[in-house]
This record gives sequence, structure tokens and C-alpha cells, in this order.
Amino acid sequence: MTSYLSKIFGTSPVDPIQEHMDTCFQAAKKLTPFFKAVVDDDWETAIAVRAEIVELESRADDLKSQVRSNLPKNLFLPVPREDLLELLSYQDKIANRAKEVSGLVLGRKMKIPPEIKVDFLAYVSRNVDAAKKARKSIRELDELFETGFRGAEAKLVESIVAELDQIENDTDDMQAKLRARIFAIEDELKPVDVMFLYRILELTGDVADRAESVGHRLELILSH
Amino acid sequence: MAFEFLMTNGGYYLALAALFGIFMAWGIGANDVANAMATSVGSKALTVRQAIMVAAVFEFAGAVLAGGAVTSTIRKGIVDSSLLVDKPEVLVLGMLAALLAAGCWLLLASRNGWPVSTTHSIVGAIVGFAVVGMGIESVKWDKVLTIVASWVASPLTAGIIAFLIYNSVQWLILSREDPLERARRYVPFYMFAAAFVMTLVTLFKGLSHVGIHVTTVEAYLLATFFGVLIALIGKYFISRIKVDKKAEKKFHYYTVEKVFGILMVVTACGMAFAHGSNDVANAVGPVAAVISVVQTNAVGQSAGVSIWVLLMGGIGIVIGLATYGRHVIATVGSKITHLTPSRGFAAELAAATTIVFASGTGMPISTTHTLVGAVLGVGMARGISAINMDVVGRVFLSWVVTIPAGAGLAILFFYILKAIFM
Repeated sequence: MTSYLSKIFGTSPVDPIQEHMDTCFQAAKKLTPFFKAVVDDDWETAIAVRAEIVELESRADDLKSQVRSNLPKNLFLPVPREDLLELLSYQDKIANRAKEVSGLVLGRKMKIPPEIKVDFLAYVSRNVDAAKKARKSIRELDELFETGFRGAEAKLVESIVAELDQIENDTDDMQAKLRARIFAIEDELKPVDVMFLYRILELTGDVADRAESVGHRLELILSH
Repeated sequence: MAFEFLMTNGGYYLALAALFGIFMAWGIGANDVANAMATSVGSKALTVRQAIMVAAVFEFAGAVLAGGAVTSTIRKGIVDSSLLVDKPEVLVLGMLAALLAAGCWLLLASRNGWPVSTTHSIVGAIVGFAVVGMGIESVKWDKVLTIVASWVASPLTAGIIAFLIYNSVQWLILSREDPLERARRYVPFYMFAAAFVMTLVTLFKGLSHVGIHVTTVEAYLLATFFGVLIALIGKYFISRIKVDKKAEKKFHYYTVEKVFGILMVVTACGMAFAHGSNDVANAVGPVAAVISVVQTNAVGQSAGVSIWVLLMGGIGIVIGLATYGRHVIATVGSKITHLTPSRGFAAELAAATTIVFASGTGMPISTTHTLVGAVLGVGMARGISAINMDVVGRVFLSWVVTIPAGAGLAILFFYILKAIFM
């Protein structure tokens, strides 16, 4: 027994998008214990944490394709389908960056200069904060669907995104300061290591950048 | 000749009419009602058991209190019976064939999950036998065209009403900072509106077939009374809803939806009532036609639809519900999970209002199409997270198949019955 009335209602993309964001955040969050282990020269732990990141990233990929396959072209949605797909791809990049940066560090057994250790870990954790805020905004997605992307709930999401912007600004400032400090000690380090150190800074900073993009995408959906 | 013929076979015809009529009513109860009730079950406003209780009571009430006008249309609005004065048996056999055809087609369609409408089947079947059995001029084409036009107008109307209702919900309640307080305050007004409209249309248009006549003032007073009564009862239940902190944390509108859940109980009753008022006629209209011919040996007399025929239809639907419909309600309901009460009520209220109004004016419309139109209206107001437009298209296109299928089967059965009895 099948019924056409039930088939009219397509699978809502909300839950899987939220689950995807959560998985991407979990991957980014692992950067904190990962870099802690790297700084402490505990490579065994670093390898273990990296494996977890890879695992989470691939789960995010699965969820992503699951959302995509549930969003066929003939689906009528309250928001443009393209916006949702783009939101999804920004979320995905958060996990991708976590995987990339941890892979790079592990592959070269990179050492973080002791002078910048504390500030670097703070920088990592601020980037994770940004991903967490992005998750918080995406956690409001079901409420946004409930309220038709209007009114008080839309304002709440806008304020979360504003907080996210603030965190991303923090990471930019922190990154600039870290660059200056690396520049100051550049001569004491191997040139290749310095090059990669800058690269690590950038890739880590990308986590906050992508998180911010998620927030901005969500805002764009609100303005429709 | 015809006179004697009816005298000898009249008993058979009555028995067959009752049998086929109950068969079709059973089919409606088994499948069609499920679609009308599934939205309530899917949004968890009602359990399956409660949905069956509501459906049984209100389908029955709708059929008896407001089903007369549509029954008349099916019975004598489509075929010009004045052409049949000298051969009443053709009308009897034709109506029997139409019933059997629509019943079989529905059974086949619901087994295969085809989105067909009971109304389209029966109208197609009646037109089919009339064209073949009595000639193309025997069909009241202007009336048929009006009916077909109403099949386009009813989903459209329901869609627009649903759009407006849902937008008002957004504006009054959901987009505000204190949605729960606002829901508690405004939801009783929607309950009032639902009860008021249902009662008013029934009083104006339906009850005359039961032999009750009310004046305009009385009708408004009674409708207001029922509206206030329902709103007060609803308000009491709403005041008993407690805030579930844990569920609120996960979904901030959890308690708000609970309030709408109470409203949806009211609109579910309205939906069942509306369905009963319109769709029961599909089964009992032809039965009423057969009875009036056999009892009076004449065609086209003006006696109203007798109550017990409507009762029979109501009972048939309830049996269909009890034997088979509950499984369908459970299955369909479990699949419609993304229709929350704040949306479901808007769709149901819009559909029920449209259907009851159509019933009042004697228009046999498709309940399912009207409900789908209402759901689309909520979707247009950005209320539904995903609507499968392919399926919507198939639902609306289905009547292009259903009408010729109903007509073809009716013609086939008409010749078979003719070979047996004439």
C-alpha cells in the first residue's frame, strides 16, 4: 500500500544539513588536541587524532552526497536549492581544511617554534570557536524553516552571524600577530620550515574563513 | 413493458444497489478517508486510534447532515432523466454499472497506489454509461462542465485560503518574539473560525435535505454559539499544555506546535465532516437514483434523498475505516512527518472550508485534490521544507486517466448487466 499524499512531501534537507555541519565542526574541533599533541611532540597522539579527523571528514562527505541526492531539481523548497547546496559546500570545507592542515603537519613532522606555542594554540582554538558558532547558526535552521525565515528568529540568527564575524576578525588579528612573530625569528629557522609555517597559519585560518562563509550564506538565505 | 419489468426485478435492483453502494463506500472509507486524516496523524496531533474515532463520527455526521446536495447532483444532476420516462430500467442498470465501475477502479487504483479521485471516477462512470446507454444528448453537458470547472477551482481556492491562513499564522504568532503566549492567545480564534464556517455552511446549505430549516439570523447565532463553544473548549486544553524545557532546547517551537496540535484536532474533525459531506455522495448518489426509480416506477420525480441512504453510506465508510482504513492511515501518517501542526491545520482548514462550501452548492469535488491544493498553498507561503512537484503533477494529471477509465468500465458493466436483466 502506497499513498501519493505521503509522496508529495519530499525529504526535508534540514536534519541532514545540520548533521553535516555538526560532523564538520567535530572534525575542526579535533584540531585543538591535534596541535596540542604536536606542540608537546607527542606524535603518537597526533597520529591518532589525525585518524579521527580523516574519519569525520569522510563521514561529512557521505552526509554531503546524501543531502545532494535528496535535493532533486523538481523539489519545491522555501529557499533556493542552490543556496542550500552552496551552504553545504562551505560547511564541507571546514572539515576539509582540518584534514588538510593536520595532514600537512603530520607529513612533515612539523615543529611549532616554542616562542609562539601559546599564541599558536590560542589561534587554533579561536578558529575552532568560529566553527562552533557556525554550527550554532546552522542549529537554528529548523527554527528558521518553522518561522518562514522571518521575524524574531531571523534576527536571532543574524546576531549569531554577527558574533561569528567578530570571532573571524579575532583570528585575522591573531594571524597577523603570529606572522609578525614568526618574521622576527625567521633567521633562526630553516627556510623551508618557515614557508610551511606560514602555510599552516593560512590553512588553519581558513577554518574560521569557511565558518564565516557558512554564516554569510545563511544570512543571504534570510534576505530572500 | 417497463412497468412490469421493474415490478419483477425491483427487489434485485435494490439489493444490488445497496451492495454496490456499500462496496464503494467501503472503498472510500478504506482509502480516501486515510488521505483526509493522514495529515493529522502525520503531524502527531492525533494517534491512529483517535483519527479513526474522529473520522467515524464526523464522516458520518457530514454525510447525514450536509451530504444531501451533492447526492442530488450525482443522482439527477448529470443525466437528463426526462429522456428516460419510457425506459427507467436503463437508468437503474446504468447507475448500478457506474457504481460497480467506480468501486472497481478505486480498488484497483488504491492497490497500486495511483492517485485517483472517487469523485472523478463516479462522474466519469455516469457520463460514460449515459453516452452509450442513452445517447450523447442525455448528458447535461453544461452541468458536467460546471463540475469539471469546479475540479480546477477547488484546489486553487483551497490553495489561496491556505496561503492566507498560513501567512496570518506567521505574522500573528511564529515571527514574533513571544510565539508561545501569542499562540495561546490567537489559536482559539482559529478554532472559532473553523467551527463557525463549518456550522454556517451546513446550516445554510446542507440541513434542508434533512428537513430542518433555519432562518439566516438563527444560522448566524447557532454558528457563533458553536464557534465560541469550540474555542472555549480548545482554550481549556491549550491552558493545560506545559512547557517541555528539554524539548524546547532542541526545537524552540516545540510547545508552540503543541498548541497548534490542539487546533489541528478541531480542523481534523472539520476535514472528516467535509469529506463525509462530499464523498459519501459518490457512493450513495447512484443508490438514491436506483431507489427512487424502483420505488416510484418513474424517473425524475422531485422527492429528496432519504436519510437512510445517507446513513447507509456513512456506515459503509465507517466499516471501510475499521477494516482497512486504519492500516492506511497509519502507513500514510507515518510518512507525512514534516507537516507540523502549524502547517497541517492551515491546509486542513482551507481544504475543509472549500469542500464544505462545494458540498453546500452541490458540487462533487475531489477531496484529495483540494487537500493537495491547500498543501501547495502552505508551500507557497514557505511553510513546507520540501514538496515533490513531480508527484503533485501526477496527482493532478490522474483525472485525465480516471475519467475515461471510469467511463470505459461503466460501459462494460452496463452491457453485462443489460445482458443479464434485459
